[in-house]
Amino acid sequence: MGDYDVDIIKELEQKADLIRHHVIDMTCEAGSGHPGGSLSSADIFTALFFQVMRHDPSYPQWDGRDRFVLSKGHCAPAYYAVLAESGYMPVDELWSLRKLGSRLQGHPSRTMLPYVEMSTGSLGQGLSVSNGLALAFKLDGSDSRVYCICGDGEMQSGQNWEAGMFAAHYGLDNITAFVDRNRLQIDGCTEDVMAIDPIADKWKAFGWHVIEIDGHDMIQILDACQEAIATEGRPTMVIAHTTKGKGVSFMEDNAGFHGKCCTPEERVQACKELEGCQ
Amino acid sequence: MKYMAQRDAYGDTLVRLGQHRKDLVVLDADLSGSTKTGKFAKACPDRFFNCGIAEQNMMSTAAGLAAGGKLVFASTFAVFATGRCWDQIRQSITYPDMNVKIVATHAGITVGGDGASHQCLEDLALMSSLPRMTVVVPTDAVETVKAIEAIAEHRGPCYVRMGRSKVPVLTDEDDPFEIGRATLLREGHDISLIGTGQMVAACMEAAESLAANGISAEVINMSTIKPLDTATIASSVASTGCVVTAEEHNIIGGLGSHVASFLVESCPVPMERIGVRDRFGESGEPEELLEKYGLTGHHVAEAAVRVIGRK
Ligand SMILES: Cc1ncc(C[n+]2csc(CCOP(=O)(O)OP(=O)(O)O)c2C)c(N)n1
Ligand SMILES: [Mg+2]
Repeated sequence: MGDYDVDIIKELEQKADLIRHHVIDMTCEAGSGHPGGSLSSADIFTALFFQVMRHDPSYPQWDGRDRFVLSKGHCAPAYYAVLAESGYMPVDELWSLRKLGSRLQGHPSRTMLPYVEMSTGSLGQGLSVSNGLALAFKLDGSDSRVYCICGDGEMQSGQNWEAGMFAAHYGLDNITAFVDRNRLQIDGCTEDVMAIDPIADKWKAFGWHVIEIDGHDMIQILDACQEAIATEGRPTMVIAHTTKGKGVSFMEDNAGFHGKCCTPEERVQACKELEGCQ
Repeated sequence: MKYMAQRDAYGDTLVRLGQHRKDLVVLDADLSGSTKTGKFAKACPDRFFNCGIAEQNMMSTAAGLAAGGKLVFASTFAVFATGRCWDQIRQSITYPDMNVKIVATHAGITVGGDGASHQCLEDLALMSSLPRMTVVVPTDAVETVKAIEAIAEHRGPCYVRMGRSKVPVLTDEDDPFEIGRATLLREGHDISLIGTGQMVAACMEAAESLAANGISAEVINMSTIKPLDTATIASSVASTGCVVTAEEHNIIGGLGSHVASFLVESCPVPMERIGVRDRFGESGEPEELLEKYGLTGHHVAEAAVRVIGRK
């Protein structure tokens, strides 16, 4: 659909690998955290913060900015990495993740880090918050949009479906939400723990415009965002098919790396693989 | 001192109970590896149901299973078990008096790095304000085994709180355990230190350091928050005349509040509460957080000295 400059795509892809590298370093420095889902959503984060969303790091509180809600708050490492690379804070601050006194809490905190639009971490609530923001924009006649990233395991939480009904009912076409469909949660594969499929059909039945993409294909992510903007009267749910732990061979598709960082030896290996991509 | 994680003891006890209690059914919400219900899932796969990340559904389902005659254990982290599901617990479990055992792990600030969103400091308040709910906070892994066995025998809704960390073993295999009965871990006559959960260890540490300064502290392990063992409190303060309570919970609505309510109505004495002072937690190492939030043995000892000064 979109006609993108090859250089821009290449730059975004490199940026995504840099974000992944930061995720590994941050969680290793912290000794804990959630690399798996941060790596699977790194391409979406990169597309949003470096191409799609309207925001100005030199003027963070700009009224006209788009808003971002990380519903799956445990993927804070990827979030902080794109905030730092965007210029909201020094990259060096990333190494303070999860440490006492750091602004970079284990899960994003709005009161500790002002660039975070909403504190998250308890799954299943971000879509409702996005609805509230989107409704406020409608009330104010603002053309800002709301972007939200959810987990696929997170879809099991009933509140998502209450939010889904609400957004469709009020025609909140200023929402672009993503399901990071990496097929894994903590206790294993989503379809074994509590099946969510057919997830696309469910969102369609709830009145959403649904787009299925390869969540690691930068062009498909950008296209989906364009399509969402062009969609009138309905919110858009992008089902992004991804690989948990994407970019690091031994973390890929490995539920063990949901909430555990690498050992020092694994870190060396992970960084080598990610640097090889750049 | 031996350190053991209470949640491991919980998982092992479930497995043991499951062998002869064929009515035992266990539910979890995508955290079976952390809460250790996974051990039961392995041993009795036909009586374990993973509910996915859908805690509210889990609690009302637990109520239905109990209505169908099952002995139900439902587990997840304390913050989700109590906060997320409070209305489901109120309406479907406590009001209809269902035989559901909510056993939560990862309570308190010692969750560490995950930060405030996951550090539950309000669960005792939420659960003890529900009529018919029994609230148990075992202090160590050995007591956890007995507490789980006891709530399995007890008819009615129960909440059990445990932390994430390995905690010192303070009790003996053959110490008696009874729901609603506090235990005296150390006798003294200058002050009563009443702790719950892992703060009992902090009270013991405080008693040691107070003894070195010639102060004799009595240490009470308040392993049931509700019903509160008021008889033990009353007889202890009758001889010591003052109290410090200690809990890894908001000072509002937890052990300190319950003890204060009782004392004010029956036998007021000088008192101080050690706990989190109406704040959310934050990321950090458990030890650093206990220090920063005033939850260590020396904090208990300092409070004791202040309180004794007010006698
Ligand atoms: C309400 C709630 N229940 C449980 C948890 C604990 N938890 C953190 S991450 C997670 C699994 C999330 O899986 P998914 O949504 O698929 O995320 P991803 O695979 O992208 O990491 C769980 C159960 C939580 N944060 N919130
Ligand atoms: Mg997932």
